[in-house]
Parts: sequence; structure tokens; C-alpha cells
Amino acid sequence: MSRNTRAIAAAGVALALGLTTAACGGSKSDDKKTDGASGGKSAYNLAITEVVNPSTAKGGTVNLWGAQDADFWDPARGYYAFVWNLNRLYTRKLVEYAATPGKAGLELKPDLAQAMPEISADKLNYTFKLRSGLKFDDGTPITSKDIKYGIERVWATDVISGGPVYLPAVLDPKGEYKGPYKDSDPNKLGLKSVTTPDDSTISFKLSKPSADFMYLLAMPGSGPVPQKRDTGAKYTTAPAASGPYMFKEGSIQPGKGAIFVRNPNWDPATDPIRKALPDQITFTVTTNAEDMDSRLIAGTVDADAGQTGVQAATRTKILQDPALKANADTPVTGFLRYAGLATSVAPLDNIECRKAIIYAADPTSIQAARGGPIAGGDIGTSMLPPNIAGSDPKYDPFNRLPGKPQVEEAKKALTACGKPTGFDVTIAVRNNKPAEVKSAEALQAALKPAGINAKIEQYDGAQQASITGSPDNVKAKGYGIIIGGWGADYPTGTGYMQPLSDSRFIPKNGNYNLAEIKDPSIDALFDQAQLETDPAKAAEIYSQINHKIMEGAYYLPFVVDKALNYRNPRLTNAYIHDAFGMLDFQALGVNDGK
Amino acid sequence: MSLGPEASVTDETSAPTADAAEVRGPAEKAIAGRSLKQIAWRRLKKDKVAVGGGIVVLLLIVVAILAPLLTKLFGHPIDEYHIDQIDPTFGTPIKPWGGISSDFIFGVEPTSGRDVFSRVVYGAQTSLTVAFLSAFVSTILGVIFGTAAGFLGGWIDSMISRVMDLLLAFPQLLFSIALVSVLPYSILGLDGRWSRILVLVGVIGFFGWPYIGRIVRGQTLSLREREFVEAARSMGARSPRILFRELLPNLAAPILVYTTLIIPTNILTEAALSFLGVGIPPPNPSWGGMLSDAISTYQTDPMYMIIPGGMIFITVLAFNLFGDGLRDALDPKAR
Repeated sequence: MSRNTRAIAAAGVALALGLTTAACGGSKSDDKKTDGASGGKSAYNLAITEVVNPSTAKGGTVNLWGAQDADFWDPARGYYAFVWNLNRLYTRKLVEYAATPGKAGLELKPDLAQAMPEISADKLNYTFKLRSGLKFDDGTPITSKDIKYGIERVWATDVISGGPVYLPAVLDPKGEYKGPYKDSDPNKLGLKSVTTPDDSTISFKLSKPSADFMYLLAMPGSGPVPQKRDTGAKYTTAPAASGPYMFKEGSIQPGKGAIFVRNPNWDPATDPIRKALPDQITFTVTTNAEDMDSRLIAGTVDADAGQTGVQAATRTKILQDPALKANADTPVTGFLRYAGLATSVAPLDNIECRKAIIYAADPTSIQAARGGPIAGGDIGTSMLPPNIAGSDPKYDPFNRLPGKPQVEEAKKALTACGKPTGFDVTIAVRNNKPAEVKSAEALQAALKPAGINAKIEQYDGAQQASITGSPDNVKAKGYGIIIGGWGADYPTGTGYMQPLSDSRFIPKNGNYNLAEIKDPSIDALFDQAQLETDPAKAAEIYSQINHKIMEGAYYLPFVVDKALNYRNPRLTNAYIHDAFGMLDFQALGVNDGK
Repeated sequence: MSLGPEASVTDETSAPTADAAEVRGPAEKAIAGRSLKQIAWRRLKKDKVAVGGGIVVLLLIVVAILAPLLTKLFGHPIDEYHIDQIDPTFGTPIKPWGGISSDFIFGVEPTSGRDVFSRVVYGAQTSLTVAFLSAFVSTILGVIFGTAAGFLGGWIDSMISRVMDLLLAFPQLLFSIALVSVLPYSILGLDGRWSRILVLVGVIGFFGWPYIGRIVRGQTLSLREREFVEAARSMGARSPRILFRELLPNLAAPILVYTTLIIPTNILTEAALSFLGVGIPPPNPSWGGMLSDAISTYQTDPMYMIIPGGMIFITVLAFNLFGDGLRDALDPKAR
């Protein structure tokens, strides 16, 4: 399998799984609407920028509820964003996102490793030294071989599917390694590009330089797995723990939840990132989202594990009551909502006709369809979300920020396109996402005054990969406008934009380059970015790519997604982690010891 | 459906009346001079509840036909957004009572600000078109197969009866959902709205005919042994004549009654399908689709649920009252 299809397959799973899969949300300072309160006092959106109720008090139970169960607890298989967040409780990796609010949280810190790796001059060799005194929950020491074995499991998509599959493209581009379950090596450590000279050293040999490699090592699937406890597909029912918490025996119940208890063999001296305050963390699955909301308000549930936002009625209640509002946050989730304008469908092969659609769209009515400025998100202006370096919220090439449709501009573009009286187009939208259907209706109504007659075709959202993800089908059905949304697996421009705009990322199925952008200059910029290890220079390249996408009028951005979440006032050390766009679960504590 | 036993009562008793009226015809003419139609009409006029229902039904039909005009006079286009009527933070109408004002007499839709009045009026068009046409389809199919089964008997009867049993046991709603979601957007060159209406008419009508078919079959079975049929046959009448001149006129009353009673059921089925998201495609409104939308905001904007819900309630009630009254009028012994 080529590098491109692997990455796309992984990304495809990310979106297929639900609203907030693999969101790498972040925040901007302009989200801060606090009243200057701080120091033990909570305020609306305060957790986005600082730690609310800082405390070192240990003990008690943090109660998390969720409307959706985890996909997999197996670190190599989980792909939901909240599962990645909870994974920090029980899986340590070589490097881990820092435990701080704001942009600083996106910085990777050594976790199992003593320090950041030594990187060779050609940027192909990474060598890590492990800390001493690391142990699994059963008391056996964690060695470099356990880490190598854990990483090898990423290859075994035939046995343990579901998780992201980025590493093979960097470490084994020819696909020579078949995963540990088919490994002929007696120790099952046959992956040649990863070597373990001794128990505390691990080296990686990359096939080509990759500026994003460290982010791949911070994914849950890069954590250590003891080979003798690996039960393959069943490992998800009892994963080993290297972090401060482990699963209470038998507590993992599909569809019901899980309980995390303290890991007696975790030594705080070896872990500079995690605080491990509560004695226990429970995760309970409910099917009744409204019941969960009322429990949140009543204080019997501490936080929504999914962090996808409260229901409409509770939203109104929270926003109208200043006391409740002070304990709520609306972080950006890292998702953009947009419409892809398929270049394979006439007349959208003409850039001017695509521009006409972007100008005619009413940013405000689409924002309202998504839930308004607070629960839906800010008006989107370009294709790089604000949590990713290189994004510029002021970059607004189509003048969308004033929030008005520009029918005159649209008509000019239509004339330039050779369709002065307008044209017919089809909007394809998933039928299982009410907000997307409403966005499609708002877009349809806004296109009408410009003479663009859109019809809405709803399709089965579960079949997305083969319906709007199939370029042949898109062309055959004439889906000119395709409603979608995307969140990055790791917070760089490559992680976000490459699946959406690189011409080499257009598979026959599961395509997310909805516009089918085939611009060699964009492809070249992505290659250039992979060689750039300086984040500031990489950000400059991503900014260029973003400009090229917008100048080509390939996508119509709707909103920069947000979610209104409520946190129990008794929670200590509460803050939004930018890598997930949600509360950092591992940092939470409770102030009443219960 | 609970209509089976009720209607069967009608059949058994209405037939002798019709029969008797025909047989006694010449003798009674001298005394009263009223036909069965006239008798029924007089009875119906006396039934205030049924007349009330009938007036509401007529009113709804007029509203549905005049939907474009009414929208022009009192409303706004169904797909016109009025985002200024909506509180951006909550997505609910700014004005109280669901945004009701002189400009928007039934209020506005949450999140979009579309005119609820126009959408309800166009929704009436959808609901009534589907209900009437599917009732028509059911009746035609039911009468053809019912009379065929009852009149011809034998293996034809058993075959048609088994097909009816099969359809009655079929999970209609699940089938409709599956079918409607795989059908293409446009059929026979019609636009999305009318092609979907066509599909709904086909599906609801097709699954509705066995109910009426069974009644017609039972009725035919009992009628074909009657003396007047025997008499016609002995005078050399052929099957088509017996069928169309002797049997069908006697079937008219139960068919008419039954048709009025399946219309409200069809309205509810259409609403249920729209509620489940397989009804009329957006932006075209239907009552069930509006109810479905209202679920997410029923706590913050109850008016948006009350209005389409109330329309469905009033319409179904009016049809039922009128249908009951019609049955009583055509068949006083069924009381």
C-alpha cells in the first residue's frame, strides 16, 4: 500500500467515526471573554486560557459520562478524540503533549524518554534514551523492546484495525514488515527500521525526513505493549497500563463504561507530566444525552467525556444563567465545517463558477444552521483552523467576515464563468447529521438570488466513503457541492490540509480531497514542508498552501467548529487542552475528596 | 389498524338496506319519493359534528390548493431565510411565542427564520396530496382485487387472499424507509418534491389496498348469492354486466366510507415517514418533517412543535369525524 492510501485510510476512519474523532482543537486568545476573574474563581471560557482551581489535593473520584462508548481501549486501535485524551491516563509514550493550557500544550515533552531525541544531521535517525524505574502495572519493567513491540502493532491492521496508520509510511514505505502477528523473528521484533541496542535505548531510521514524525510518536499507538500480555484483537478488553492509572479488573464493559484506578507501580518521580490527583476516574456511557446534561448541571456528573457540547435546551439554560455560564467553556474543537466544490462536475470545473458559489453563500445563515456563533462556531474564512500554525484568522479572501451574502460579486463571477443567468447544481449531504442538512438548506436558499438553482440530495452517512468519497461516483451523480467537516490527527498543516488538497491523496474510495484539487505547486509545497524542521518556516509554507486553496476557490468554509461544554465547579486543575479541544482529563482533580 | 371490524359491520347491514331500497323502490316512491342518496344526505345534514368535520376538510383542501396565493398574501416564500428574526446565540426566534407577529402570523422557524405559516400551508399541500392520492390508489386496487376475488372465487380468490395476508403482515414502515432512501432523486422528470410525493403515494397506496380489498371481497361474496343477482343471471346477464350494474352500485357506500377513513391514516403515515427523515426532501415542508425538526428545540421554542402538531391533529380529527358521519348517514343501523 502506498503512503498516500494508508494515510487516507486512517484519516477516513477518523471522520467516519463521528463528530469529534481525532479533533486536535485549540484556542485563540479572542475566544477569551472572561471578566478578568482568576485565582480559584471560575469564569466563562477561563479554562481555555488558564488552569481553573489549581490544586494539588489528592483523593476522590472524577465522574465522567459520555453519550458514546470508546471505540477501542487498545491504544493502537482507538481513534476517537476523547479516547486519545483518556489514553493519557494509562499509556505513556516516548513523548507526550505538555500538560498546560493554551498553545504551550501543543509542545511535545519527553515522557518515557529522558530527553528529546538525538537527531542525525540528515534528519533520518532518531535515538531516545529511556528513564530508569519505569514499570507496567504488573511490576515488570518497561524496556525499549516493549515500546518497539507496541509500535509494531500499528502494522497489524489485519488483526487490530481501527487506529491511525501513519508510521508505516515513514518507517516502512515499501510495506516489507507484516506486523508482529506474522513476524518470523522469534522475539517478534522484526521491524528493521526500529532498533533496540539495549533495554533503555531505542532508535528509529526514517526512510525520508519527516517534520511530523515526533507527533506520530505521541499518538496512543506508539505506547509500550508487553508482548506476553498482548492478546491481539482481545487486548482492548484488558490493556496494560504504563501511566498513573490502570483499568479496574473487569471494569471494561462495552456500551456501559470503564473504571480507572491507581496503578501501584507508577512512580511519580519518573513522570514530569501527570499529576494523578483523584483515586479513581469513572467513565459511564449513557444513551440519554438530556439526562446527562441535567446531571452535569446538578453536579452529579463532573464532565462530558465526549466534550461534544450540551444539547440545545441546556445550552440556553447555561447561557442565560451567569452562575452556570461561569463554569462553561466554548473551545474550538479543531474541526472546520465546509463544502467542497467538486472540480470534476461542470460548470464547477470553471473557477469563476466556484467563486460565484462562495460569494453567494450567506455566512450568517449557515452559521445559524450550525448552531450560531457560540455553539456552532465563528464564520470560517479559509481552510486552516486556528489551532494550527500558519493559520491567520484575518485572512479573508472572499470577504466573509462581515457575514453578508455578496450577490453582486456572485453575478460578476457568473458572467466571467459564461453563465450570467446562473446554473443548476447538486448539494450532497449526509442524512444522519441534522446540522449538515440544515447548512445545505441555508446554502440552497442563499444561492437562489444569484440564479444558482441547487437541489439537495441526502445520502446515507455511513456509506460516505463510497458515495462522496468516490470521485467516480461524484462525477457520475454530479455532486457539485459536497458538505463535509475535518479535524486533524496531529496539529500541523500537513496533518490537517494534506488529505484535503494533495492530488496524491485521491483514492478511489474514502477520498477527502472533495474538490479533487490537482495542483502540482500545492503537492510540492507539502513535500517541502516535510523537510522543514523549523516550525516557523513550516507555518509559512502552510500559510502559502492555505492561500493557494482559497485562491483556487476549491472549498467554501462554513464555520470554525466550537462546542459548549459544562464542567462541575468542584473540578480542580481544569483547563482545555489544545491538542484535543477538550478538558485535559489526566489533570483533573476534585476539591471535596469524594 | 382497527378499522376492520367496524367496517365489516357496515358491510353486512348496509347491503340489505340498499337491497331493500331497490326492491321496494317503486312502492316507496309513491309515498316518499327519495332515493338512497337523498336519504343519506338528509341524515348527514342533521349530524352537526360530521358537517363540522366536513367543513374543516373542505377548508383544508381550499388552503392547500390556494397555497401559493395565501403565501403571497400573508406570508413569505417557503425557502426565504429571515436570520434577523432569530437570536444568534440560542437559535430561537427573538419575539415571544415562536416569533409570532403581524408579519409572521404563525411565527418563524428556529435557526433559519423561515415563515412557519407558509411552510404549514405548503405542508398541507403535501400531506393532503399524498393522503388523497394514496387513498385513491388503495381504493382502486382494493376494489379491483376485492371484487375479482369475491366474484370469481376459486384459485383466483385464494391467490389474491394470500397476497393480501402477505401484505398485511409486511413491516410497511421499515420497507418504506428502505425503499424511499434508495430511490433516485428525480423520477419521470419530476422535481424532487413531486417525485418523492409520487413515491410516497405509491408506497402508502400499495400497502393500503388489502384493507379495503378484504372488505370488498367479503361484501362481493355475500352479494353475489343475493336474489337480484340470481335474477339478473337467470335473465341471461353476463358477468361484466352483473359486476358493473348489479354489484358495484351496492358496493359504493362501503367503499366511499372506507376511503374517507383511510385518508387520516395516510396523513399519519406520511407524517411518520417525514418525521423519520424519508419524506419530502428539503427545503420543501411537510408537517411530519417540521415536527421532527422541532424535537431539538421543543423546550426553548414549543410553538414550533405545537403548530404542525396541531395541524395534523385537526386534520386527522376532521377526516375521522366526517368519515364516521358519512358511515352513519349511509347506514343508520350501524350506530
